[in-house]
Amino acid sequence: MSDTILRTADGKPLKAALQRASAVARRRAFWLVLPLLAFVVITFVVPIGQMLSRSVTNDAFSANMPQLVAWFEANPEGTEPDEAAFAALAADLTNAAAERTIGSVATRINYDVSGTRSLFTSAGRKAKKLEAPFKESVVAMDPKWGEPIVWAAMRNASAKLTTSFYQAAMDRKLSAKGVFEKAPGDLQVYLKLFGRTLALSAVVTFLCLLLGYPVAHLLASLPMSKSSLLMILVLLPFWTSLLVRTTSWMVLLQEQGILNNTLVGLGIISDENRFALMYNQAGTIIAMTHILLPFMILPLYSVMKTIPVSYTRAARSLGATSWTTFRRIYVPQTVPGIGAGGILVFILAVGYYITPALVGGATGTLISNQIAFHMQDSLNWSLAAALAAMLLGAVLALYWVYDRLVGIDNMKLG
Amino acid sequence: MAGSNTSDAFVVFDRVQKSYDGETLVVKDLNLSMPKGEFLTMLGPSGSGKTTCLMMLAGFETATHGEILLDGRPINNIPPHKRGIGMVFQNYALFPHMTIAENLSFPLEVRGMDKSVREEKIKRALDMVQMGQFGNRRPAQLSGGQQQRVALARALVFEPELVLMDEPLGALDKQLREHMQFEITRLAHDLGITVVYVTHDQTEALTMSDRVAVFNDGVIQQLAPPAELYEAPKNSFVAQFIGENNTLEGVVTEISNDKCVVKLDDGELIDARPVNVTKVGERTRVSIRPERVEMNKARLQPGAHTLKATVCEFIYMGDIFRTRLSVAGNDDFIIKTRNAPDAVRLQPGTEIEIGWLPQDCRALDA
Ligand SMILES: Nc1ncnc2c1ncn2[C@@H]1O[C@H](COP(=O)(O)OP(=O)(O)OP(=O)(O)O)[C@@H](O)[C@H]1O
Ligand SMILES: [Mg+2]
Repeated sequence: MSDTILRTADGKPLKAALQRASAVARRRAFWLVLPLLAFVVITFVVPIGQMLSRSVTNDAFSANMPQLVAWFEANPEGTEPDEAAFAALAADLTNAAAERTIGSVATRINYDVSGTRSLFTSAGRKAKKLEAPFKESVVAMDPKWGEPIVWAAMRNASAKLTTSFYQAAMDRKLSAKGVFEKAPGDLQVYLKLFGRTLALSAVVTFLCLLLGYPVAHLLASLPMSKSSLLMILVLLPFWTSLLVRTTSWMVLLQEQGILNNTLVGLGIISDENRFALMYNQAGTIIAMTHILLPFMILPLYSVMKTIPVSYTRAARSLGATSWTTFRRIYVPQTVPGIGAGGILVFILAVGYYITPALVGGATGTLISNQIAFHMQDSLNWSLAAALAAMLLGAVLALYWVYDRLVGIDNMKLG
Repeated sequence: MAGSNTSDAFVVFDRVQKSYDGETLVVKDLNLSMPKGEFLTMLGPSGSGKTTCLMMLAGFETATHGEILLDGRPINNIPPHKRGIGMVFQNYALFPHMTIAENLSFPLEVRGMDKSVREEKIKRALDMVQMGQFGNRRPAQLSGGQQQRVALARALVFEPELVLMDEPLGALDKQLREHMQFEITRLAHDLGITVVYVTHDQTEALTMSDRVAVFNDGVIQQLAPPAELYEAPKNSFVAQFIGENNTLEGVVTEISNDKCVVKLDDGELIDARPVNVTKVGERTRVSIRPERVEMNKARLQPGAHTLKATVCEFIYMGDIFRTRLSVAGNDDFIIKTRNAPDAVRLQPGTEIEIGWLPQDCRALDA
């Protein structure tokens, strides 16, 4: 067996020698990428990991109500809360009130069962005065304490890991039986918003492809002097602030905007029938298509530039009309560019935030606006994290599907 | 073969001019007429307008002036896909996203042929170029020579009467190139197709063609069968471009119908055949092929002119010896001698006498 191993002149195995020889080079290369690696880890991996972990862990309740948590652990699900449970609750409420953590405990339960916030805060104020038998005295304080759903929510919140934020993100509500159930239609928010986000992103991607394809083709086939001018026009938006571009659309398209005023002035539409192109889905689509167009054009252009004109000429000489040549010879060769541009635009669109926030109105906002709302206004970071994780999952799933259908190495970004 | 009678001509260029930028003419006054079944090669240095001519014929460029006729019909207004011309490109232009069979199927599909007919024709075309077992491969999985064959098969599969080839063998190594030269001529002959072939390799042009059009600067310098081109070049560009050639410069001192006397720049007088010199006092370049120069006095015919020469360099090439001489002020005078048992290997510095027949010595334009 050892005879088959290749060896260097002095008898060391070739593979080991090779590894040692390239180890130095590899180590040096590692030092070169270390700053970037550190940067990525610190600014990207760690915060995202933090955020994702928040979507399944929220210890606002479990950390501040230790005795009740212990009772939940000792008694399996379905056990009626007994005297010991109420005693633990009373002790924990007293403690939490003293340590001023009762607010976060209340908020945590309120996430799962809305309207329970004041139940906790007022109980916190009165807890010190509670006396045995605790079951009666607690329920006497507020009959809601006897309701199974409150206990189900507390049991749910006492676990180390929780799915309640994902359940909420999927429009499922905690029921009295302690399980999550589909919320009634009028309470469904997020799934609809996810659907709208994906649909709008798909529309934007499609429009970008429709508008960008001819431009990219023109860029790739014009002589150098003209194509560089066109390229500057394509890149010009990149050099203008996103806010400026978005607000220009508002100036242009709102009901009292330039477009509508002109059309009314020319008598093409009447004053009452002004087009509603802003603060709705149309506004979001128009502004986002404009902003994301370069991300479609550039990958398409870089692919089209490498397609020699002789392919289309060959097809024509073989008897194909220009349409057949375009459809059967040209387009298939631009698939890597279509894929790259499409994925890029779609992923950017799915996470788009500022533009829909400014021009989307009520019907044109996306899931990212809802995430931002939970981050900044409602401060329910766990729900924001769950929504973001689902968005991330959707994008990754899309990426995976693309890989299966087209192949990632078929993608050409530049 | 060299019928230039326009009535039975298949392809005709009639006073065709082409300019890309409106400032310079890339093709100047091109007149050419080809009978059916001819193998015509356009030969010329880079940038002389060969590809441009081919593109005008194929319909990818329009002539700025003049008319191109195909089978008697002007084609200026026929779009490329209706011309029915097969074309082989220099980089083969096989569609990378299709298999070999799909590549060949494409021209048949756009002509609306049935599947069974297509399969039959594809098989025949692939067998013709000995690529029968490669139908399921992609172009990227073939070697250069194999791709070349497929490109040829694709240009022929829809049975065009005219096939254009733009330097189709440019990327192949010497052996494969020679083999493919043979294959292409054989196929063209067997199928009876008319071929316009572009190359800047003169051996390729000479060995393959019925006629060769030598291009320079957008003008056909000479259009003739290979032997005539080599042995009777019409001007000094053709003499220089085709094969190896020695030139001596001088002035015409005497001229009659088929004979002239040229006074070389070092004062020596030689006899030559006037080709495109017309009057006494005109400057001329006298051209002699290296293999027509004789240095063995015994073999010189009576009346042959002799000149003194000094050997500068002796190059052993196996089958022949190539000797560089200094003759009448020209240090680049080459002679070739066969490696015969009695051949002398000349040492540099040796003084010898060389000679040739006056009819092998052509007085051309300066
Ligand atoms: N599309 C074009 N636009 C402008 N000028 C062109 C174009 N194509 C060719 N030319 C010019 O026309 C001249 C002839 O070009 P052409 O391609 O016909 O030469 P060629 O004889 O095929 O040369 P080669 O042997 O190098 O292929 C060249 O000077 C070239 O620069
Ligand atoms: Mg060329």
